[in-house]
Amino acid sequence: MSSDETVVDRMSDAETVPGSKKADPILVVDDVRRSFGGLTAVDVGHLEVQRGTITALIGPNGAGKSTLFNLLTGFDRVDKGTWSFQGRTISGKRGHQVARAGMVRTFQLTKALTRLTVLDNMLLGAKGQAGERMAGAFARPLWKRQEKANTERAMELLERFKLIAKRDDMAGSLSGGQRKLLEMARALMTDPDMIMLDEPMAGVNPALVQSLLGHITSLRDEGKTVLFVEHDMDVIMGISDWIVVLAQGQVIAEGRPSDIRSNQQVIDAYLGSREED
Amino acid sequence: MDILSILVESVRSALGPIAAIYALAAIGLNLHFGYTGLLNFGQVGFMLVGAYGVGISVSVFGLPLFVGFGVGLLCALVLALLLGIPTLRLRADYLSITTIAAAEVLRLVYRAGFAEPLTGGVYGLQNLAGDFRALNPFDPGGRYGIGDLTYTGAHLWTMVVTWSLVLLMVGLTWLLIHSPWGRVIKGIREDEDAVRSLGKNVFAYKMQILVLGGLIGALAGCMMAVHQASIQPDQFKPQVTFFLWAILLLGGAGRVFGPVIGAMTFWFLMNFTDGLLKYLGRDLGLMPFLDGPDYGALQLAFAGLLLVLLIVFRPQGLIGDRKEMLINVK
Repeated sequence: MSSDETVVDRMSDAETVPGSKKADPILVVDDVRRSFGGLTAVDVGHLEVQRGTITALIGPNGAGKSTLFNLLTGFDRVDKGTWSFQGRTISGKRGHQVARAGMVRTFQLTKALTRLTVLDNMLLGAKGQAGERMAGAFARPLWKRQEKANTERAMELLERFKLIAKRDDMAGSLSGGQRKLLEMARALMTDPDMIMLDEPMAGVNPALVQSLLGHITSLRDEGKTVLFVEHDMDVIMGISDWIVVLAQGQVIAEGRPSDIRSNQQVIDAYLGSREED
Repeated sequence: MDILSILVESVRSALGPIAAIYALAAIGLNLHFGYTGLLNFGQVGFMLVGAYGVGISVSVFGLPLFVGFGVGLLCALVLALLLGIPTLRLRADYLSITTIAAAEVLRLVYRAGFAEPLTGGVYGLQNLAGDFRALNPFDPGGRYGIGDLTYTGAHLWTMVVTWSLVLLMVGLTWLLIHSPWGRVIKGIREDEDAVRSLGKNVFAYKMQILVLGGLIGALAGCMMAVHQASIQPDQFKPQVTFFLWAILLLGGAGRVFGPVIGAMTFWFLMNFTDGLLKYLGRDLGLMPFLDGPDYGALQLAFAGLLLVLLIVFRPQGLIGDRKEMLINVK
C-alpha cells in the first residue's frame, strides 16, 4: 500500500485542530455561513481540503453536511463567505460553472436520468461538446468525431464500473447500487479534479459496498481529490485519509481516523455530552 | 347524412388546414413538454402574437405578408424571453402559472377598447390573405381530391403550405433531438440538477427551447391568420392550449411524429363525434331530449370521454413507448 503511505505523508504536517493548514490545499473555505430563518445551518470559519486525498465529512443528523455540500458546489447560495478551488475563487458561481471548474458532485438521492440510456447518461458528462450548442446540433460532421471519442471514453469507464452490459438499457431499469455506480462514472466523464460524493453508500446493498469503496480508493490513487459525506462509521474509518467533523454547522474537529475515534468532542457531539444528561 | 359521409367528413378534417395548424403548434409544445419537460399552458399566446403580427402588419400598415410573418415571429421571441427570464430559474410550476395567465392577459389586451386602432378590438382584423392567395397555383374555386374527399383550391393551397411547414419542423425536431444538444434537453426533462452538476447551463438550454417552441407556435398562428384571412381575439381562448395538450398526449409526447398523429386523430374524433351525435339525434330522432345548442356541448363531452379512454388505456399516446412511460413512474 505505497499510495497510502504517500497520502499519510501528505497529511503528516497537518495539525489535528479545526481549520488546520494543509500542505497543498485544493479547496479553501473561509467564513461560509448559511442560515434558514433563525437557524444557522452552516457556519464554517476556515477549512482546507488536501489535494489527492479522501476526506470524509461527518457529523450527526442536521449538522449541515449536505448544506455545506450544496453551498460549495453552487447548488445553494451562501449568506456570506468565500471559497477557492485550485487557487481560483469560485464562491458565488452557479452549479454548472463550479462543475466546469473541475469540481463535480453527486447526489444523496441518486439522479440517474431514467429515460436516457446508460450510454447517453455517460455522454452527457463529456465537456466542451460542439454538438451541445443549438447551431452545432445541425452540423453533424462538426461533432461526429468528438462524439466517437467521447463514446470510447464512456465505454472504458462503463467497463471499469462493470456497467458495460447495460449500456443500451434505460438508466431507469438499473438497481439502486448500479445507479450509484453510473452516477460516479458519469461524474468521471467530466474529467474532474475533485469529486464530491454525497452519501455514496446510502441505499446500496452490502455486496456492492466493497466495490464502491474500491472505486473511491482508485480515484484517489489516480490523483483525484475526493470529499464525501457518509454515515457508516466503518466505511469512513476504513477509507478516509482525513476526517472533518461538523456539528451544528461548525467544524468541531479534524484529523486522521485514529485521532477522530478518540476525540472527546466528537463522541459528545454524536452521543450527547455528560452535562446535557 | 349517413355513416360513410360522416367518416369522409372526419377524414377531410383530419387532413385539413386546421389539423395542420394545430399539428404545427403542437410540435412547439412537444419541444417544450415532450422533450424538455417545460409545462407551457399558454401556447395559444404564441399563436396569438403570431396571428396578430400578420394581422396588424398586413391589415393596419399594409405591409407585405412576409413582413407580417417576421413581425409575428419577433413578437413570439420577445414573449418567450419575457416569460422565461423570470420563471425558468424557478421550479417547473412557475412557468405553467405564468404562461396560462400571460396568454389570457394577451387576449384581453388585444381585444380591449384602447387597442382597437391596432388590433380591431373584439372585431379583429380582416383581409389578411391577399398576398398568400395571389401565390395560389390552384384554382381557388375548383375542387380537388378523390371521390367524396375533396378540398377547394384555396384550402388545398393552405394545406400544402402548412403541412410542408409541419414536415419541415418534424425534420428540425428530429435533427435537434438526435444531437448532443438534444441529449442535454432530454437530460433536463429527467432531472435538471443532475445535468447542472455535469456543467451544463440548464437555464440557457431551457430558454433556447422555450423560444424555439414559441416561434413554432407563432408560425402556426401566422398560418391561422392566412388560412382564415381574418382573426378575432376570442379565437385564442385557453381551450386552444388544452386542445393542443390533448393532441400532444394523444399522439405521444416526446415522439417526433406524436403531434402530427395526434392532430389528425384529434380532429378526426372531434368531427366524427359531432357527426355521429347529429346523425343519431336529428336524422334518426333518437335523442328527443336534446335541443340544437346541446349538441355542441355533448359533442365536446363525448370527445373528452374518448380522450380519457385513450389516456387510461394508452397513457403513452398512440405512438409512444410504453416501456419508457413505465420507467417514469417514480
